[in-house]
Amino acid sequence: MAQTQTDREIDRSHMHVSDQVAIEITDMNKWFGSFHVLRDINLTVYEGERIVICGPSGSGKSTLIRCINRLEEHQTGSIVVDGIELTSDLKNVDKVRSEVGMVFQHFNLFPHLTVLENLTLAPIWVRKVPRKEAEETAMHFLEKVKIPEQARKFPGQLSGGQQQRVAIARSLCMKPRIMLFDEPTSALDPEMIKEVLDTMIELAEEGMTMLCVTHEMGFAEKVANRVIFMDAGQIVEQNEPTEFFNNPQSERTKLFLSQIL
Amino acid sequence: MENTSFVRTEMLPETEPPRSTTGVLGWIRDNLFNGVLNSILTILSLAFIYYLLSMLLPWSISPTWGAKSLNECREILGATGREHGGACWGVINERWSQILYGFYPEELRWRPTLTFFLLFVAMIPILFNMISRRMNWLLLVLVLFGASFAVENSALMVVVKIVLGLSLAYLAYTVVKTDRDDRAEQIKEGAKRLPNPLYFTAIYVFLMPWLLWGGSIWSPVAAALGFLVGWLAFRLLAPIAGNLASLILAVIAAGVWWLLLIGPFTGLMNGLAPIGLIPVESRLFGGMLLSLTIGVVAIAASLPLGIVLALGRKSDLLIVKWLSVGFIEFIRGVPLITLLFVASMLLNIFMPPGTDFDIILRVIIMATLFASAYMAEVVRGGLAALPTGQYEAADALGLDYWKAQRLVIMPQALKISIPGIVSTFIGLFKDTTLVSIIGLLDPIGLSSTIRADLAWNGIVWELYGFIALLFFIFTFLMSRYSMYLERRLRTDHS
Repeated sequence: MAQTQTDREIDRSHMHVSDQVAIEITDMNKWFGSFHVLRDINLTVYEGERIVICGPSGSGKSTLIRCINRLEEHQTGSIVVDGIELTSDLKNVDKVRSEVGMVFQHFNLFPHLTVLENLTLAPIWVRKVPRKEAEETAMHFLEKVKIPEQARKFPGQLSGGQQQRVAIARSLCMKPRIMLFDEPTSALDPEMIKEVLDTMIELAEEGMTMLCVTHEMGFAEKVANRVIFMDAGQIVEQNEPTEFFNNPQSERTKLFLSQIL
Repeated sequence: MENTSFVRTEMLPETEPPRSTTGVLGWIRDNLFNGVLNSILTILSLAFIYYLLSMLLPWSISPTWGAKSLNECREILGATGREHGGACWGVINERWSQILYGFYPEELRWRPTLTFFLLFVAMIPILFNMISRRMNWLLLVLVLFGASFAVENSALMVVVKIVLGLSLAYLAYTVVKTDRDDRAEQIKEGAKRLPNPLYFTAIYVFLMPWLLWGGSIWSPVAAALGFLVGWLAFRLLAPIAGNLASLILAVIAAGVWWLLLIGPFTGLMNGLAPIGLIPVESRLFGGMLLSLTIGVVAIAASLPLGIVLALGRKSDLLIVKWLSVGFIEFIRGVPLITLLFVASMLLNIFMPPGTDFDIILRVIIMATLFASAYMAEVVRGGLAALPTGQYEAADALGLDYWKAQRLVIMPQALKISIPGIVSTFIGLFKDTTLVSIIGLLDPIGLSSTIRADLAWNGIVWELYGFIALLFFIFTFLMSRYSMYLERRLRTDHS
């Protein structure tokens, strides 16, 4: 088993799963051209759940979470997020997107804006929050990710780990109910992975609903309440982490785990 | 094998670089004489520069400033024993104002001059961000104060001069007195600021044609009111009809105003308060005045049009996309001169009989369309250079298409495209000399007119040199500005 990136005890007092449904995916299929990337996905995510999705590259795990805020369009089946069904109706899409935060592998911060402006842009223009209030919220979240002193700098002047923490703070400024992480640590140097994972752990401790595509199995084991293994566009196995790692059922899962651990 | 284990016990201190690589000598060695080939090239280049200057300088330093004709020049040069070689600067001395203004009436030339200086006042808030609002208003008052001396004196003008002079003194005093940091602090605490100088920029759009062409003041006012009508219609209808429908209705309302109501309005206002400037016809425009008028308007209009076309070309809406592609490819495939001929001759055939569509306006439209097609491709290059992650991040935050374009995509795409955009601007500005082909008197066209005068028949280099210098000043300023802007927008490290 890979070394867990965090040594500290995790406070589980707020980490409980409610029986409210946050995301409901039913019989969802997606094709890129004629390539069938996602096949008959059925997934129910409850509020407060921390789900880690893993699998070999090309298995469709990123595409799956990108469908949840419609960065990718699904073709059949349905996705309901927070009671809103994702259809081609742009109003619904924008509503879902402002409720769902997303963190990308390559941060995707806006390089022409300062850190503070990156954080306040969406609250001011989408949520219509007054600038002053937006800046206060932004500083609050920057303190939370432990880089308030970088507020006036541009993203290009920060390290990769700092940029990813800014990206997390930027999503949090929209006060999302669900957070999606698309391989948030894959583009980082090893010594920076810890600071980003710590930020994500803190978020989990506060009870945020999280879906996380990652290869950090230590993180999965400690924080997740469910691990989903995908291969060839299908959900192959899902289980709670201890069972998943210690007692995998399918041959594909066993093979995958033996290769990465 | 030797033992390779090593532990450093003491970190090395920083030391000075070697003497021969720093200072003037180091620079000369590094940049001019680093190697045999470079040394030879340096010496050859220096020799070439010397040769050029030894030809040019004696020719251009020539005491002919006061000459009244080419023959007089020859006499002056003959008297100094320089029969051959020697510029005849008298032509510039006598005709420089014609090269600048064309046949614009002499007593009214303060108007284009004022327009020219106001252009800088109007552009500064767009081009620079380090100049305070106070400074900008000060500049405006300064230009107006200067202009007030060019106008014929009257009791009214004396009052205007006194008012302008006093406000100039007051503004200058506050500019000198205000400390930047203190002021920033006050503004943060909610101190009242001067109005945004961009208001003047907006007014200038309507002021410029009025100052240049003259006529009733109510025409530009009425044209500006059209925008107000559209805006009001949008504000009133938006809560009822939704954004898109009210936008369309607002455009229709403004169109109705411009096409139908503008005539009665200006007629009525002229009856009530006949204020205006002496009209000047387009055929009197010439020289740099003409080039700058066409160049500035076409430059200002081609950028937004080019952006719209670039977005259209990348649009998912098939019709919009095809229209944009068709327009861009057609315009880029046709020489500018063809378009200018269309503007000067063919357009009148398609117009309903009796419509008098100003020739300069027609040329401006053609130049704008021409430049906007190139601009669209330059901007598209900037758009293509942006990683898709930027679009995805904007989408994921819930920004809609227009907000994402305005706040995230365009600022970055335009920044990438600055060199291309400025090249297009410079090209467009120089292309304004092509209007001489359709009979407009731009500086090149004027140079033939001047040569047609017997006194100056046969003079070439001096005129072209002077015109080249004028164009070079403007294009060089544009290019320096673009370099400044690129430096200012750099955010990767500082």
